Amino acid sequence: MNHSFQVDERGYYGDFGGAFIPEMLYPNVEELRSRYLDIIADQSFQEEFHALLKDYVGRPTPLFKAERLSAKYNTNIYLKREDLCHTGAHKVNNTIGQILVAKRLGKNKIVAETGAGQHGVATATVCALMGMECIVYMGAIDIERQAPNVARMRMLGATVVAAQSGSKTLKDATNEAMRHWINNPVDTHYIIGSVVGPHPYPDMVARFQSVISEEIRSQLQEKEGRDYPDYVIACVGGGSNAAGAFYHFLDEPRTQLIAAEAAGQGVGTGHSAATTFLGKAGVLHGSKSLLMQTEDGQVIEPYSISAGLDYPGIGPMHAHLFKTGRAKFYDITDEEALEAALECSMLEGIIPALESAHALAVFGKLNAKPNEVVVVNLSGRGDKDLSTYQQRLKLND
Amino acid sequence: MTRMNRITKLFAEATEPILNVYATAGYPNFGDTMTVLNALQAGGVDIIEIGMPYSDPVADGETIQQSNQVSLDQGMTVAHLFEQLKDMRQTVSVPVLLMGYINPVLQYGVEAFCKKCAEVGVDGLILPDLPMAEYESEYQAIFEQYGLYNIFLITPQTTDARIAQIDAISQGFIYMVSSASTTGAKTGISSDQETYFKRIEGMNLKNPRLIGFGISDRASFLKASESAAGAIIGSAFVKLLGQAQDLHSEIVGFVQSIKGKK
Repeated sequence: MNHSFQVDERGYYGDFGGAFIPEMLYPNVEELRSRYLDIIADQSFQEEFHALLKDYVGRPTPLFKAERLSAKYNTNIYLKREDLCHTGAHKVNNTIGQILVAKRLGKNKIVAETGAGQHGVATATVCALMGMECIVYMGAIDIERQAPNVARMRMLGATVVAAQSGSKTLKDATNEAMRHWINNPVDTHYIIGSVVGPHPYPDMVARFQSVISEEIRSQLQEKEGRDYPDYVIACVGGGSNAAGAFYHFLDEPRTQLIAAEAAGQGVGTGHSAATTFLGKAGVLHGSKSLLMQTEDGQVIEPYSISAGLDYPGIGPMHAHLFKTGRAKFYDITDEEALEAALECSMLEGIIPALESAHALAVFGKLNAKPNEVVVVNLSGRGDKDLSTYQQRLKLND
Repeated sequence: MTRMNRITKLFAEATEPILNVYATAGYPNFGDTMTVLNALQAGGVDIIEIGMPYSDPVADGETIQQSNQVSLDQGMTVAHLFEQLKDMRQTVSVPVLLMGYINPVLQYGVEAFCKKCAEVGVDGLILPDLPMAEYESEYQAIFEQYGLYNIFLITPQTTDARIAQIDAISQGFIYMVSSASTTGAKTGISSDQETYFKRIEGMNLKNPRLIGFGISDRASFLKASESAAGAIIGSAFVKLLGQAQDLHSEIVGFVQSIKGKK
């Protein structure tokens, strides 16, 4: 198999990636870089990881043929049900993998960042499971906006710390988590929640999420008699669910990779998070990628109705997929995502997360043929977004 | 570029501990940069480190982060900073370093940035998130063409092998981070840190060292200077800038108190 879209020895995907970290983080990141592949390849790790994915997370998640959506768009649509994972989203695939790595590195404390709180909950969950101390940094503004997830993390035993710096949202929570790691370098592992950060994080997180596309392959073989779809669609904030959904199809030329970015109120409005449309090459949080920034190189605070897509960068793998044309990127507005969420709820009885709704909104733009197979990664469930749905879809009337 | 870099000259000729002070550009007010530089020199500082503000300074603690944000909110950019520094060498004779993060430098253009540094009389750069391997492959030749020293950091967790590599590639001095921390997070010097200072002293590195992080007054400055050529003060000075009523006299007084001239 040709691994041209995989990370190279220097930690790069084409022009993007690397490890732009201060010396204070070098020993930790280097320890991880030098050991993660051996740790993951070890048989005891694989056994423990897959046992937890099966019995704790509830994998494999179903690949569901959405008949009414298929009829509406005159094609064959499958939903990969990551929303049925324990904790309600794909995030837990990564936190299970990383906490097992942390154990093998001899770490007993975990630090993490979170935006909407999904990754924070998934981290607090595995810390409770493994009896590890857990500190989650969350932007002060997000703490106010996402009270139920803050309560979940606290009930799971985590300490939630408000990031008061900068714009007080996800990028600042990430800064604070990195600062915490700088100040606690010996006993702590940092569980990054997406395919961002310094090498080896993007590759490591993609590997843990790759179980999604591994399952899609075998499930499609069973249902359609072929192990690849014509399209895989996923939303991209940092890009972890997309990385997992794309992973085993990166070198499958018959599969088109489709990424849905959050356009917010529209790419031209100044209230958007569509990085490939608005960003240019730059360095943030330890890697070179596409980044929304001013002419002076200051990072711009993005906007999206979906807190999970509200990030000013994308993972370096996705920047490479964009630049090489291997993946096609769509900009999906708040309104389009809301409509798609309503449509999926009414036609299939599944309330998706707002993030996943951006991926669902691509159907209408795709023009897939009646004989083609479209898989969309339904990365999370919509419970956490109910108050937004209530307000925006006027469900109280 | 045949002149001797001011940093090399300073370390070669110094007879007492070297004091390097960090100040955020455009802070407390947009137009204060040169006022602060001139006052630092008048007080007797040996090296000035000018912080280029950045929206996401991960190696910095609260005090410097906040000063960065204030400066950015007042409109500071790399281009504005070079404009403010264009006549710097008419009044400032001590070595000047620019400290900042790599992204604004990348956006300005690495070569254009280095050219401007040379034009205004900057002697070296501290870019904590520019890793050594990237520096060697992409930046070193350009920095050297413009006579700029790249100052590397080491920490208590840096291995001896890596310190040796850093020593080999460094010019000017090595920035010894005193403890595992962000800037301004801890103050004072513990016995663990002294053990680390002695370990590095025993390595007989070719470059002199300055110790930074946690240095805030004359006592900690002198303590650090027992194990190195001198020390760096950042957050404590930025705090002073944020509170000063009379910028010039308070800066002069601060530097003199550290240097023991008052």
